[in-house]
Amino acid sequence: MKINGNVPEGPLATKWTEYRSKMPLVAPNNKRKLDIIVVGTGLAGASAAASFGEMGYNVKVFTYHDSPRRAHSIAAQGGINAAKNYQNDGDSNYRLFYDTVKGGDYRSREANVYRLAEVSGNIIDQCVAQGVPFAREYGGTLANRSFGGVLVSRTFYARGQTGQQLLLGAYSALSRQIATGQVIMHNRREMLDLVLVDGKARGIIARNLVTGELERHSAHAVVLATGGYGNLYYLSTNAMASNATAAWRAAKHGAYFANPCYVQIHPTCIPQSGDYQSKLTLMSESLRNDGRIWVPKHKEDVIAIREGKKKPTDLAEEDRDYYLERRYPAFGNLVPRDVASRAAKIACDQGGGVNATGKAVFLDFASAIQRYGKSSAHIKGIHNPDAATIRKLGEEVIEEKYGNLFEMYERITGDDPYKTPMMIYPAVHYTMGGLWVDYNLQSNIPGLFVLGEANFSDHGANRLGASALMQGLADGYFVIPYTIGTFLSKEIRTPKISTDLPEFAQAEQAVKDQIEKLLSIKGKTSVEEFHKELGRIMWEYGAISRNEEGLKKGRQLVRELRERFWKDVFVPGSAEDYNNEVEKAGRVADFMELAELLLIDAEARKESAGGHFREEYQTEKGEALRNDKDFAYVAAWKWNGWDQEPELNKEELEFKDIELKTRSYE
Amino acid sequence: MKLNLKIWRQKNNNAKGHFETHVVEANEHMSFLEMLDVLNQNLLEDGKEPVAYEHDCREGICGACSMVIDGHPHGPNERTTTCQLHMRFYKDGQTITVEPFRAKAFPIIKDLAVDRSSFDRIIQSGGFISVNTGGPRDANDILIDKDTVELAMDAAACIGCGACVAACPNGAAMLFTAAKVSHLNLLPQGKLEKDKRALGMVRQMDKEGFGNCTNLGACEAECPKGISLINIAMMNKNYLSASILSDKD
Repeated sequence: MKINGNVPEGPLATKWTEYRSKMPLVAPNNKRKLDIIVVGTGLAGASAAASFGEMGYNVKVFTYHDSPRRAHSIAAQGGINAAKNYQNDGDSNYRLFYDTVKGGDYRSREANVYRLAEVSGNIIDQCVAQGVPFAREYGGTLANRSFGGVLVSRTFYARGQTGQQLLLGAYSALSRQIATGQVIMHNRREMLDLVLVDGKARGIIARNLVTGELERHSAHAVVLATGGYGNLYYLSTNAMASNATAAWRAAKHGAYFANPCYVQIHPTCIPQSGDYQSKLTLMSESLRNDGRIWVPKHKEDVIAIREGKKKPTDLAEEDRDYYLERRYPAFGNLVPRDVASRAAKIACDQGGGVNATGKAVFLDFASAIQRYGKSSAHIKGIHNPDAATIRKLGEEVIEEKYGNLFEMYERITGDDPYKTPMMIYPAVHYTMGGLWVDYNLQSNIPGLFVLGEANFSDHGANRLGASALMQGLADGYFVIPYTIGTFLSKEIRTPKISTDLPEFAQAEQAVKDQIEKLLSIKGKTSVEEFHKELGRIMWEYGAISRNEEGLKKGRQLVRELRERFWKDVFVPGSAEDYNNEVEKAGRVADFMELAELLLIDAEARKESAGGHFREEYQTEKGEALRNDKDFAYVAAWKWNGWDQEPELNKEELEFKDIELKTRSYE
Repeated sequence: MKLNLKIWRQKNNNAKGHFETHVVEANEHMSFLEMLDVLNQNLLEDGKEPVAYEHDCREGICGACSMVIDGHPHGPNERTTTCQLHMRFYKDGQTITVEPFRAKAFPIIKDLAVDRSSFDRIIQSGGFISVNTGGPRDANDILIDKDTVELAMDAAACIGCGACVAACPNGAAMLFTAAKVSHLNLLPQGKLEKDKRALGMVRQMDKEGFGNCTNLGACEAECPKGISLINIAMMNKNYLSASILSDKD
């Protein structure tokens, strides 16, 4: 079936402003009568809930954490993009839009991306007004740095803790609304089902994670801001509890799930060191501003380094392969993430991997230390500085820029990255796919809106660095507060939704049955072991590089694993208690279904685009080869249950303002 | 390496808790939490309930970890959260004692998990700048001196874990509260509400049952983000002058 994104008519540059000016509004006296449920308190959820509260809606907000401030947005390190052109380097809304569409390998919806670029500047203004302590220049103006895939400096940052500071900003706005009573906070609650009444999203079933009690909550509209599904790979940079349950249970009610195969593998993470490993730690992309990525040119050096007989610093310049600088001279180490990740995998597959497992490359700051050291000496008026002085001054500059990241690296690995290059390897980081939404961020279920990483809309097949924070806050502060009116303006005559309706009772019973089923299996294998196995299958067959045979095999293995899960999982304790195993069991059960859909989508997309690389479709130089004729569409899948094939709906992508080109960073 | 774990078990806040002893096989590359994962996997294999403990990001920023290890919140290493504590700092055969954060205002939920919602209520009492979404002026219209921003950022780096409270013999939340007051009161955007903020947050802190500050400094010593005691001094000054000016007291 063909579906459309309800993009308003009009020229791209004025589309959003015109649409917004003519959008139906809800009068202040009617806002008081309308209830909105927001699930999730990361950047998108917290900013949306706070904004709804300020507008006068009655808001109920849910998080499975003890506090909204723990949402995983908190861990974003590097920064947030905005087309402010403060650096006078030729930035503009159009350039941010263009970079994002190109970075996403021409698989995102043009109108959404333009709107994102258009509101990006407002986000910075808003955050500064809230007291977010962004880095500043000596003159008191805001500082910027560069991120991958762009040629301007448009990234705003607060040391290596930008996500933390932005989330605390949104959390403070939310806290202010909670204090007024306009927003009611339900912490330690996990959404386990969506309730539909007459085809509209009207509520949720949530489990109180302390008492185990199931609760019914109703509203006129439901907003999901529940993050991505990267954790289905078990090892990822996501937090341990990050999950897809809220989104997936909406999908089981017929909400389309779009482009699940678009998964971002981040190039710079600390490599895995053993089987016990529970997560992978990201090293911010901002490090690629100054770090140079390389592997040894010669096999014998690789072996010597692996065996500890040589140190990386022993290798002369000519014995190193700075493969990104060699292959992509224009962007060098700042190519987009998908390109950098694939290049690292290729370097390691060809035998260049520098750690014991053969899965690591170097990220080296030695040249940057030299460069900054010399310039710092010059500024300080030191003529003919000696090597030690240059090194010391250079390390000071690096410390000021990346101190906390270097500290974190050393804490985890025990190596000092000022003296020896970091070792890094790609890891699952972000999911561009998600619930399908139209221009209003509304899913195909009326009254169900989806924000942030949980939706699919803005990043196409690959997200550029520092754009996730931008999208989360754009959706929450500057898009949904308006677009939700298109739905709610038609609901002003709808009285409060009763939770005594049979739809609520039925949904609650289904959730209860599932939990009881999980507890009653009493098998031999823990949830964690199933999750790890799922991760191994998905990393092997559905990650950086994919092919038809592997995808088919992966699907078969996931199906077998799921069958085994429902026969052999062991979930201890009771449902009426604080029981982390019950929580995890439900999430892993959902991950297994979503994992299959991911593989199905990856198989159906017979082209390479961004993070989705199919070995059968590549250029002579090994770059992703798109097929715009047949695949310039959003794949919006309707899940029909485990025993039936899902149904593919296509939203054709139109590019009126941008010419489709082969993405080149050379 | 083999480790002897003395770990706190408690069904809920009303139940009586006790220490349980377990032997765990770990290796030096593991993080402390990965070592606890091994313990929990062992318990599951024996058909027992795993130890409840809170954790999430495992990169030292979410603030969810809430355990006291050998008498130190987040363990013995300076400026390190539990999730970033690695087993290479332990020796074969060592005994490790693990307890929850203990404070009147942090009731125990189960085992090592405690309720820190009192922190949220302190933030709700003034830990914000009253600005609605939409309509602020251009970000660069507010010039802020670099050093001031750096100071504000030092305070804003608080992860809200509550180690300061667990470290304090009085169970005081002064460092947490002061960090937020400083972050906002130092910035020009936050100055308009500075008195109201200090009064509101300190009063809420007292209402939640946190203890008083006796300038011991254990909070600063145990803070995984190195939040400075200076913040407490600044808040006290601010609170005092605001109290004198406030006609409500």
